[in-house]
Amino acid sequence: MTITMMTAHFPALLAAGTFATPALDDYLRILPELVLSIFGMIVMVIDPLLDPERNQKPLGTIALIGAIAALGSAFIMAGHPGTAFSGEVQVDSFSIFFHVLIIAIAAVVILSSYEYMAVQRIRAGEYYGLILFGTVGMCLMSSAIELVLIFIALEISSISTYVLAGFRRRDAASSESSLKYFLLGSFATAFFLYGVAMMFGATGSTSIPVIREALLAGQSGLLAYVAVAFMFVGLGFKVASAPFHIWTPDVYEGAPAPIVGFMSTAPKAAAFAVLLRVLVETKAPGWFWLLWVSAALSMTLGNLGALVQNNVKRLLAYSSIAHAGYLLAAFAARPDLGVSAAMFYTASYAAMNVGAFVVVSHFANQGEKYVTLEDYAGLGRKSPALAAIFTFFLMSLIGIPITGGFFAKFYVLNSDLKSGLVGLAIILVLNSAIGAYYYLRIIVMMYMREPRGDVPVTTIPLAAAIAMAFCVAATLALGIFPGRVLDYTTQSADQIVRGDAPPVSVQQIVIPLEAAPR
Amino acid sequence: MLHLILFLFFGAICVAGAVNLLVQSHPINSALSLIVVMASLAAEYLLLGAEFVAAVQVIVYAGAIMVLFVITIMLLNAGAEQHTKGSRVAILIGVPGALIGAVLVAWTLLTRGHTGSVAMGALPGSPQDIARLLFHEFLLPFEITSVLILIAIMGAVVLASRPEAIARRHTESHQPDPLPQERQPAPQLVGSGKEH
Repeated sequence: MTITMMTAHFPALLAAGTFATPALDDYLRILPELVLSIFGMIVMVIDPLLDPERNQKPLGTIALIGAIAALGSAFIMAGHPGTAFSGEVQVDSFSIFFHVLIIAIAAVVILSSYEYMAVQRIRAGEYYGLILFGTVGMCLMSSAIELVLIFIALEISSISTYVLAGFRRRDAASSESSLKYFLLGSFATAFFLYGVAMMFGATGSTSIPVIREALLAGQSGLLAYVAVAFMFVGLGFKVASAPFHIWTPDVYEGAPAPIVGFMSTAPKAAAFAVLLRVLVETKAPGWFWLLWVSAALSMTLGNLGALVQNNVKRLLAYSSIAHAGYLLAAFAARPDLGVSAAMFYTASYAAMNVGAFVVVSHFANQGEKYVTLEDYAGLGRKSPALAAIFTFFLMSLIGIPITGGFFAKFYVLNSDLKSGLVGLAIILVLNSAIGAYYYLRIIVMMYMREPRGDVPVTTIPLAAAIAMAFCVAATLALGIFPGRVLDYTTQSADQIVRGDAPPVSVQQIVIPLEAAPR
Repeated sequence: MLHLILFLFFGAICVAGAVNLLVQSHPINSALSLIVVMASLAAEYLLLGAEFVAAVQVIVYAGAIMVLFVITIMLLNAGAEQHTKGSRVAILIGVPGALIGAVLVAWTLLTRGHTGSVAMGALPGSPQDIARLLFHEFLLPFEITSVLILIAIMGAVVLASRPEAIARRHTESHQPDPLPQERQPAPQLVGSGKEH
């Protein structure tokens, strides 16, 4: 490996005159991001014009329209596959899948925030604006194929969630949550960035297709291993996988409940998409044992931690660590089986977990007073509908048939067994059994205990009802007709595993640097 | 040879400044150590042939950002911090862990990381090169940074605003807030500046 290797992939100094300004296709390939940014700015501009006491509903509606418009534009984007902006982003079925998923999560979270905002008295303009802008970052993460862009998108998604975690300004726990998340998150991002720098040192490029070629050529040495490990630390933090999970319970406990639903699914889905691109598409060295150990640890520590929790938000935080472990178990399987299982899992986890948090944020009431297990006692008698919906989501989290959670776990287990990872499969099954215990504890509490008189139960407002209905429908659909989604994920997984990118755009052709002496 | 000596010299100063930054208990001493770190980093960039980045480093970090830090410290009237003892577990696991990590990275870079070497100045570093990279290959990351800055500003506005501001308006029409109002000295404000 000589200077040629090092410099040949440096994207600079292309032949003069080939610089094309971005064409219409380039913009169409980031259309959802553009739509979300525009609506985020509309929210920010209209916010000061409205009465601060009554601005929650109109601003929320604008944000919701923005999310739905972005969802529509994702389908326009789907009609223009290919790379854009000199090979920075790539539209393929993989990125379209994550775009639709992330924007749908954002829309449901906005719907579920309607009531919450009014009850908790939160500044609405920045809240909805940050959700929309954060979604921009997460969407870009799923389509970026260049590490610099991935880093900036990751920062957008992280910083917006750091701030959103601190929105309950009158509660010290929320400030603690925000500050803890910010400090630890920045530390983790620094690891990711260091990994990117080392990957550039090892392969001479930050573009994932070029890194893939360089690594397949097999001359990258030990440096590439260290680079992958460092990037995994950064991304492992973002998805709350062990041993980088310590922050999760504290942050989820203090953050506003609808935001916990958001940040336990959307940024995680985006980070998993990046992880898939970085580890699987580049055929990164040494990824197997990283994922195996992290998956086993996350499942075990998450489930054991959840057993002793009394606060429902903390319990669901530990459960989200465990679910990150199940997902990583799919990653550890053979890529052609595991990637599609992981994508399916991400979607069904998003549906059931967002749904669960819609229920929690409705029930929590003013100042999030009612979040302990005892508060849920007798809910089945006081509000049968709410208890039934919550039970349904918990059943799905356990993985009981006819819910999306069942097929999600089934496919992960299937991919692990077919790849010969019997050990990991056994750990997964044992952990599912432990998991069933603490989810059932909530259900038992709701149906078999006497109701406590002092916990008020309010009627479910329309917006929250729509959000819950959507999550129930999505979870059911994934549980009864998993075939279509699975076909789609299998097809996009093939693309990722084979790594056949659409034709490379003109700007990306690299010229050896020796041709341009300096 | 002189080049290498200078490089190592500034590298050592940079690390010493960074360690001092953590050890000092008074914020202003930490801020001054940070200037040492930033300035010696600029010298390192210059030695690597990246004149433009070196100049930007001095102007933006050693200049603008540091002034902001010092003014913030002044406005907060921050005195010497009290060092907490730190948990035993953190010291027992953290210090060896950090050492192992550092040794691993150093060993990799020194012995196994030879993937190639580049002559001084062979990689593009002039303002023209950077402009070309920024406005062509990296146009999208460059533009999307505006969203990043926007959310950082929004975050500062939200986290630094007083919770009472909204609460007071509400109490006129609703019942008073039953929760105690915790006052935080807005440490996030300093943090959100540090992020960039």
